[in-house]
Amino acid sequence: MIQLKGIHKRFDHLEVLKGVDLEIQEGEVVVIIGPSGSGKSTLLRCINCLEKIEAGEIRFNGQIVGMIPTEKGLVEDRKEKIAKLRSSLGMVFQNFNLFPHLSALENVMEGPVTVKKMKRAEAEALSRNLLHKVGLADKVDVYPNQLSGGQKQRVAIARALAMQPKAMLFDEPTSALDPELVGGVLAVIKELAEEGMTMIVVTHEMGFAREVADRVVLMDEGQIVEIGTPEEIFSFPKHQRTIDFLQSIL
Amino acid sequence: MPTFWDIEFLRIIFPLLLQGAWITIQLTVMAIVLGTLIGLFVALAKLSPIWPLRVFGNLYTWVLRGVPLLVQLYVLYYGLAQIGLLELDAFTAAVVGLSACAGAYIAEIIRAGIQSIDRGQKEAALSLGMTTADAMRRIILPQAIRNILPPLGNEFITSLKDTSLVSVITMIELMRTGILLDVTYFRSMEIYLSVAAIYLLLTTIFVYGIDYLERRFKII
Repeated sequence: MIQLKGIHKRFDHLEVLKGVDLEIQEGEVVVIIGPSGSGKSTLLRCINCLEKIEAGEIRFNGQIVGMIPTEKGLVEDRKEKIAKLRSSLGMVFQNFNLFPHLSALENVMEGPVTVKKMKRAEAEALSRNLLHKVGLADKVDVYPNQLSGGQKQRVAIARALAMQPKAMLFDEPTSALDPELVGGVLAVIKELAEEGMTMIVVTHEMGFAREVADRVVLMDEGQIVEIGTPEEIFSFPKHQRTIDFLQSIL
Repeated sequence: MPTFWDIEFLRIIFPLLLQGAWITIQLTVMAIVLGTLIGLFVALAKLSPIWPLRVFGNLYTWVLRGVPLLVQLYVLYYGLAQIGLLELDAFTAAVVGLSACAGAYIAEIIRAGIQSIDRGQKEAALSLGMTTADAMRRIILPQAIRNILPPLGNEFITSLKDTSLVSVITMIELMRTGILLDVTYFRSMEIYLSVAAIYLLLTTIFVYGIDYLERRFKII
């Protein structure tokens, strides 16, 4: 479903991604782990064009998306095409990025109403369902600043799901949460995985990775070091860098 | 020496001053409405990815904030007429001058307000599939308004007081009415204190209006 080939990305003089190849099948849950600054989040942001890649190609259902190769090198795709791609990829951010001027319900309705031009009544029914699904049926009319971090992140997940995306991208969804709130958010993500949602999850939660991932990707210094099943990565790591990383966090 | 605070005299001048004040109100309303529209456009130009728009926006605020409004009004009213380019009537010249200048200050206020909104808000909006324009209209501006309103209120009050400057291009507004009454009656203290009182009343109404708006746009 999503194919990444030779992805390069630099910020000024810092090369953050040094040629990343990765393929994600439909219905697959890929968890990306690795030390801070290894390029995990940047890779995720490149997939939905929040960052522009300098080389390589990203394919979504076979189609090259985002940066299109031309004679003059890679050129950003038409805005409507990028917007269309983004609406089929749900993104969940580390810092939630809920819209503070809108209630939980309005946050979830915003995408369908503004982007899909869905009727308000229809969008509201859909959004109420999604908030119910993430366990926040009683918080529909509450504003983000009255929600806990875990509740905010669950609203953010519902907001992304409201676009009925083909795949979900999670950028360290629990890193900004107090430890006791992490479980609730992971439970929601796990439930999505069980429903067969295609997902890429960048996380530091190793227990979650072990339990939910179909494949685990270890990134370090802008490259993929090792890819394997959770068992292969956590129990029988092959590369020294994987072993070092796992030791450093346990 | 005439009696100070002679009620009879106030009865003579007040109807005339209130007529002037009405013109002042009209000028102020037009200046802040047009100035806000200009300011929004110039602010978006300054933040645009298109460089000619950015250059225009920066030139606009540079010149109009850098030259005294009084000088701008002279150029607009007397200067343009002299070279025969454009003969504006006093009211038009006043509205153009006031709103163009207010627009420059308001542009800076709006730009700062927009830039005060966390980048993540735009990213979240874009990642839902919104266009940049939708993200601005639905997500960023509604939040920026909170940060914009207090300095914007200040600018509105300044605009109201700045209308007194157009008395030099023959606009008979509140200040000019006062000057004309003074050269007729030579009772400066009563006349200008009355003028001051009316300005103070108008700015006070403004302050309360802005207060109300600030409370309305406050996020719970």
